Amino acid sequence: MKVPLSWLKEYVNIDITPKELAEALTMSGSKVEGIEELGSGISNVAAGKIISLEKHPDADKLQVAKVDAGSGVLQIVTGADNIKEGDIIPVAKEGAALPGGKTIGRGVLRGVESVGMMCSIQELGLTRYDYPEAPEHGIFILDPGVEPGTDIKEVLGLDDVVIEFEITPNRPDCLSIIGIARETAVTLRRELKAENIMQADKCRSSLAGRTQGSGVSIEIKNPELCPRYIGRVVRNIRIEPSPEWMRKRLRAAGIRPINNLVDVTNYVMLELGQPMHAFDFDRIEGKKIIVRTAKEGEKITTLDEQERKLNPEMLVIADAVKPVAVAGVMGGANSEVSRDTKNILLEAANFNGGSVRLTAKAMGFRTESSSRFEKGLDIENVSRAMDRAVELLEAMGAGEAEKDDVDCCPVKWEPRVLKFRPDRINALLGTRIDKEYMVKVMRELGLLVDEKGMTVTIPSYRMDIEGEADLAEEVARFYGYNNIESSLFSGETTQGGKTLKQKVEDMCKYAMNAQGLSEAYTYSFVSPKTLDMINIAESDSLRNSVKVMNPLSEEQSMMRTTTIPSMLEVLARNYSRRIEEVRLFELGYVYTPKALPITELPEEKEVITLGMYGSGEDFYTLKGVVDELFRYLGIRNYEMKRASDPVFHPGRSAQIYISGRKAGIIGEIHPDVLENYNIDCRAYIGVVEFRPILENVNLVHKYKHLPKFPAVDRDIAMVVKDEITVGEIESVIKSCAGDILEELTMFDVYKGGQIPQGSKSVAYSMSFRAADRTLTDEEVNQIMHEVIKELKGRINAELRG
Amino acid sequence: MKQQLENIKTNAEKEISEAASTQQLEGLRVKYLGKKGELTAVLRGMGSLSAEERPVIGQLANTVREAIEERLEKAGEELSKKETHEKLKTEYIDITMPGKAHRIGHRHPLTQVIDEIKDIFLGMGYEVAEGPEVEYSYYNFDALNIPETHPARDLQDTFYINDKVILRTQTSPVQIRVMENKKPPIKVICPGRVYRSDAVDATHSPVFHQIEGLVVDKGVTMGDLKGSLEIFCKAVFGKDTKIRLRPHHFPFTEPSAEVDVSCFVCSGKGCRVCKGEGWIEIVGAGMVHPGVLSNCGIDPEVYSGFAFGMGVERMAMARFDIDDMRLLWENDIRFLKQF
Repeated sequence: MKVPLSWLKEYVNIDITPKELAEALTMSGSKVEGIEELGSGISNVAAGKIISLEKHPDADKLQVAKVDAGSGVLQIVTGADNIKEGDIIPVAKEGAALPGGKTIGRGVLRGVESVGMMCSIQELGLTRYDYPEAPEHGIFILDPGVEPGTDIKEVLGLDDVVIEFEITPNRPDCLSIIGIARETAVTLRRELKAENIMQADKCRSSLAGRTQGSGVSIEIKNPELCPRYIGRVVRNIRIEPSPEWMRKRLRAAGIRPINNLVDVTNYVMLELGQPMHAFDFDRIEGKKIIVRTAKEGEKITTLDEQERKLNPEMLVIADAVKPVAVAGVMGGANSEVSRDTKNILLEAANFNGGSVRLTAKAMGFRTESSSRFEKGLDIENVSRAMDRAVELLEAMGAGEAEKDDVDCCPVKWEPRVLKFRPDRINALLGTRIDKEYMVKVMRELGLLVDEKGMTVTIPSYRMDIEGEADLAEEVARFYGYNNIESSLFSGETTQGGKTLKQKVEDMCKYAMNAQGLSEAYTYSFVSPKTLDMINIAESDSLRNSVKVMNPLSEEQSMMRTTTIPSMLEVLARNYSRRIEEVRLFELGYVYTPKALPITELPEEKEVITLGMYGSGEDFYTLKGVVDELFRYLGIRNYEMKRASDPVFHPGRSAQIYISGRKAGIIGEIHPDVLENYNIDCRAYIGVVEFRPILENVNLVHKYKHLPKFPAVDRDIAMVVKDEITVGEIESVIKSCAGDILEELTMFDVYKGGQIPQGSKSVAYSMSFRAADRTLTDEEVNQIMHEVIKELKGRINAELRG
Repeated sequence: MKQQLENIKTNAEKEISEAASTQQLEGLRVKYLGKKGELTAVLRGMGSLSAEERPVIGQLANTVREAIEERLEKAGEELSKKETHEKLKTEYIDITMPGKAHRIGHRHPLTQVIDEIKDIFLGMGYEVAEGPEVEYSYYNFDALNIPETHPARDLQDTFYINDKVILRTQTSPVQIRVMENKKPPIKVICPGRVYRSDAVDATHSPVFHQIEGLVVDKGVTMGDLKGSLEIFCKAVFGKDTKIRLRPHHFPFTEPSAEVDVSCFVCSGKGCRVCKGEGWIEIVGAGMVHPGVLSNCGIDPEVYSGFAFGMGVERMAMARFDIDDMRLLWENDIRFLKQF
């Protein structure tokens, strides 16, 4: 909302700088977005009087003018031909600045000295909408009454300051000069001088409304969507430019002047906040206005020449035959005011905000009018606006209004009455503001306070005030939020803290960081194509997903059912940037529908996703990270089994089971998948579900005595067939070594050389220890003998060396 | 024999003082004090002495032994010190060569900001509450005083799953879920992911994070809100930080405020970061709307509360001087390793 300061000053005395005013209003709740000085690009331009005009001695198309610019007489050479002696014109003096950064100096044209320049309206940054009487080409000739030497900014109304406000949706009353003036008056503790336009006409025509007036009848079929409609006929219309003062104000407020009719409706909308509309009355069939919902299949061509389909949810203004406007949104072309219009019907109405909003939304466009109506406007303002518009039209001789309007007001409007409990207001704010202060503020805002009954009656323009908390806000805004003393609540002490889940999440992140994995954040929605990219079958349950109805693009249309594509994309991005080594993890969610179509909220499953590539990485470094995570969290009851998953390398991937339940997968990514992501090296990804981790953590640590007796160490190397896994060897060793085997560490796997093809050599170091005695060599030898025998018997291992 | 002992002592002392290594010293020790050493040989010859001479010579021999031992020890210490010194001299390395690090990973800047904020409020007795990202529109809008026709629904371009289910546009629905399930006193913060239909650019992302706080109890005031936010802002932005509350509008709080902190770059003088205003808008806050309390079965005549919320990305970008929000989602490892 742009508010010209000069307009505001008509209603409130303002004697502080625009910056101070902006600060004060911002702190009382009308946030100032910016302060614009009109004409800030113009300097040293004044009104000048042409005192003589002669032909240039040396050029046919030039003239030499002597101009009285107040401060002296300037000689200016000009090519303009629309000027004569005695004209008052804008003159840019030597050193003048014009909009667009142009500066004016002195020069010599064909031997004649020229100082300064006479200006056209374009050169002053204006258009013929602002000054229709100005020539399209040539010098702008000013009113003959203008005193030479007057600053041009003053003459053209460019000496004004415009303050732009950000108005929150609950305050449509502040989308008007009068609304901002009221806020300003209360903020600055000044009087609001607005009696002339604030005499609110109650719905004066009583409940049924006076629906018959001179020449027009009005009927409201849907009073819940249109509680009030006023029509007034204005005859003998003379369409011409509106007066200069009105054009100046509209321009300053950011609205282009058009003609007197349009300008008056815009002016009233700005001044009072009530959108209005003018119909060509002679094109209203049956001289009848019917406010009704549209019929199935009805269409209307709106003023912007778009044909729009209507539906029975939409409210229209119709004549006896057809819709002539979409209520509160835009008028129809079929009743548009034109140059030939003789009589008009002015409309001022109140429409249901929600209905206007949904209609505009369904049509896919918003207008200045609809964006105001949708916030819910003041029902009493309707008659005020009509009176003001008629007053203005008549004052400028634009037509003659019929004596009475037709005010159709089928809904009896009752003002809201609230309890006034100063103690409760103070209790909510934490203040000790006295009652008198509260009463004063509320009265200045136009609220009617009954100090006997302790009630507050809310005026129709403040429908946002619904309850006590709203009253508290009104008081607090002007008392000053920053005058409220800071305190800390004195209630019950609360323990606070993180839940176990939150603690374990933190531990997971810590374990990842400690192992060199940095944390990634990726979007929760992905392209459905990502499932193709990672080889997921058409029938796979990962294809059952939560879809966004209105995504920004296909790329972001599916809530992910797996995090693997997200991580692959990140790896691919790093790879494409020639980064050689990457270790990342993300703690994020996948979204699994419980039923399709969605009837209840999907399951949001938390997963840890690991991703890495680089020269040092292989399956085992990834596995090591997971092993270490589990060790850190005290999870022992897990195992890894060969996986069979199309995303992964069939020989280098493993399914993770915790407590016998599938809990994740790790492995090298299948080369076909890597190719889809343009990753040209081996890459490794792991996904571990968080819930099984949480259910199996063991964070209770009990001290075990440090060993008192020495350990006995033995090494063992054997040759086994390739198919025998290290896991099998270890389970044989562990099963026969028993409790005193303290550590079993594989230190070498070797193939080739003297080892026969199809076999491998595996070497372990073993450490034996008993808690209660020193083990003897014989004891350990006995066990080793057993181990070797079992290895040979069960997996056909040949002992080496 | 006495003379012999004197000679041994003199010779030994001379040789010890001339020894150049601990190895030579060991040789001298054997030569004089060993089983076949000179002193031992003399003592062995004591049998031929008279009973009167024997104790005298014996004592002398002991004195000589002690003297030699002492000399050996002293010389040994010096020599070994010298030898260590020589050895270390040969072991100098280039200490400017890079260390062998086990590189730790880095927390994402958003996590760092969220953790920091969590810590502050945990210290003030808050709990951390969570809720679903795919949410019923009831919790996201209706329960928060934003009915279907409310213009505020236009301010937030919502991703819809269907008529009733959406991607939450704010973390406020978590507040509703907490109030439905817990009796006051309630003190929670709710960090989380939220979604709005904003195209990606340097300052927008369709997925971003918020942290909201909610306190509900008997007698909670707007002064308490101010006091709590002051503590929070000082903890995050420094102890000299000032805050300022401006009246604003949110459907679910009344009175509502926008909270500015004095610019942490220029301390309020005006700079590029605060766009010359000296203040940076960081938090939206207010007293919980009585209608919202009622919606959750909490009697607004008995209880009151405050709520506040902030955007994590905004804070992270300000904190780490990040000029493009997209960097936070690209996960370029060179970016992540900077934090």
